Amino acid sequence: MTWFRRERKPLTSVPDKHVKTEGLWVKCEGCGRIIWKKELAENQEVCPRCEHHFRMDSRRRLELLLDEGAYHERDKGLRSTDPLEFTDLKPYRERLAKAEQATGMLDAVIAAEGKLGGRPVVVCVMEYGFIGGSMGAVVGEKITRAIERAIERRWPLIIFSCSGGARMMEGAVSLMQMGKIAAALARLDDAGVPFISVMTDPTTGGVTASYAMLGDLNIAEPGALIGFAGPRVIEQTIRQKLPEGFQRSEFLLEHGMLDAVVPRKQMREFLIRALEFCGVGMAAAERAVAQAG
Amino acid sequence: MDRPDPNSSPEPSRDEPLRQEIERLRHEVEQLRRGQTEPAEAAPPENGAEPATVNPAWERVLLARHPQRPTFLDFVRELFADFVELHGDRRFGDDPALLGGFASFQGRQVMLIGQQRGRDVKEKIRCNFGMAKPEGYRKALRLMRLAEKFQRPILTFVDTQGAYPGVDAEERGQAEAIALNLREMARLGVPVIATVTGEGGSGGALGIAVGNRVLMLENAMYSVISPEGCASIMWRDADRKQEAAMALRLTAPELLGYELVDEIVPEPAGGAHLDAAAAARLLGEALQRNLASFESLSPGELRAQRYERFRRLGPFFTEA
Ligand SMILES: [Zn+2]
Repeated sequence: MTWFRRERKPLTSVPDKHVKTEGLWVKCEGCGRIIWKKELAENQEVCPRCEHHFRMDSRRRLELLLDEGAYHERDKGLRSTDPLEFTDLKPYRERLAKAEQATGMLDAVIAAEGKLGGRPVVVCVMEYGFIGGSMGAVVGEKITRAIERAIERRWPLIIFSCSGGARMMEGAVSLMQMGKIAAALARLDDAGVPFISVMTDPTTGGVTASYAMLGDLNIAEPGALIGFAGPRVIEQTIRQKLPEGFQRSEFLLEHGMLDAVVPRKQMREFLIRALEFCGVGMAAAERAVAQAG
Repeated sequence: MDRPDPNSSPEPSRDEPLRQEIERLRHEVEQLRRGQTEPAEAAPPENGAEPATVNPAWERVLLARHPQRPTFLDFVRELFADFVELHGDRRFGDDPALLGGFASFQGRQVMLIGQQRGRDVKEKIRCNFGMAKPEGYRKALRLMRLAEKFQRPILTFVDTQGAYPGVDAEERGQAEAIALNLREMARLGVPVIATVTGEGGSGGALGIAVGNRVLMLENAMYSVISPEGCASIMWRDADRKQEAAMALRLTAPELLGYELVDEIVPEPAGGAHLDAAAAARLLGEALQRNLASFESLSPGELRAQRYERFRRLGPFFTEA
């Protein structure tokens, strides 16, 4: 029954990438078909026709990933104090309040603990619905604490990124979170505790240029936008339209920047398999002794 | 940092490297013109459309980007007698936007790393306006590891609008190159003193600025995004850059107030561009004093101090 099937269009050539919603139906950005939302939900937010990966709610992702869908949330009560008292067209405080209302979260990441294939893990999942998944002081602190717990317990760390980058409304405070998290990851690396970074659509800016690219394994969902500079900035710089598929997962894979592109429905099995390889790891000091011996 | 643009839907383009290069140069020349005319904005505009007074944050931005402001190589010439430049990342190429090499500094052997934004048109184009590509960050890391191997302190000089946002930089892993520098700088076993001398533009600046101490020249700026970029995203109008500059709190005194930088290095009256030699002397004094304070620390103590410095950055949250 392939005679009616349309070719999957490249993601970048779809003229209007806004998802059109009309109640129970949603238009797929990948193939342009109208899909029943319930059908999409039952298929882990992946288009049943073209495999386009829709953006996924952070809680839903944790439930689908972890054993029995169970997790324990940490540092849930951290909330930004708006250090810059930032106001653009509207106050940052208003944006925060609106995001809180929309997501039921206090900032753009869930720091969780749970089990994956029977093994305890520390998992952080970013929430795009909270100011574009942007990273400010709260995201920086929650992820840093998660890393510190992973070191202390020697539990593997998995971070699902979904973020436009550092949060402008917290200025250089946001920028410095990149250094803070990277420094904590240096200690995680010294401790020999595995870190798997999973990039989902989109992962750009200061998130990519810090923890998202520092995994022992860097993997991505299909078709995710991943880069340092956003496509619009690059287009303004080079004064030219970007080629199709530029900065998508498959492009990064081709350029040697990813270990693997893993479809959502295979993600759990992939991570379990990867952690099996990593084992419990060995701290830098032990590695040095082992090598010397 | 830029937000991803969900509306961008690039049409298929014919791949014409030559045309792309011409466009790039044309754009750079435009940028250059802009850079040269900008300080004149401090004077009252003729058309009266813009406010006659420039807000204090924007004044600093203009000083930080002043065409006559000393560049990395100017500071090197003034402060170090025998700089030996070292080239290349041993992977892809040699980035003329991000330079490095060893020199002696008041009897010490030191490694110098810095962005070179260029002075005249030719130099600016040659060094890509100080916007480094992945090979620049990788060269910097290679040289920092070299310094660590021989137990020499590292001095970095930040002066960039940001890492280069271009196709080739993305293809070669701009984000990965910066990320790796952040992690690896965090565990260097030698003193690292970073100084923001001009423009500290986002991750591209931080990529050489994970120091035991982070200094900032009095009129330098350090920000998560340029005021122009912030204005065009948050105000949807790049002309609101002065407001954005204020909102971002990107000046040295503000950043010191948030404890994001450790020390402000004074500049000669009116700004470093009026007297490069005096600016260098003042910086030299600060570098000397800061280096001395780390001399007796072991590699482990240096790592721990640097970790603690970054660990406590930005405690701007409440905890329920
Ligand atoms: Zn589809």
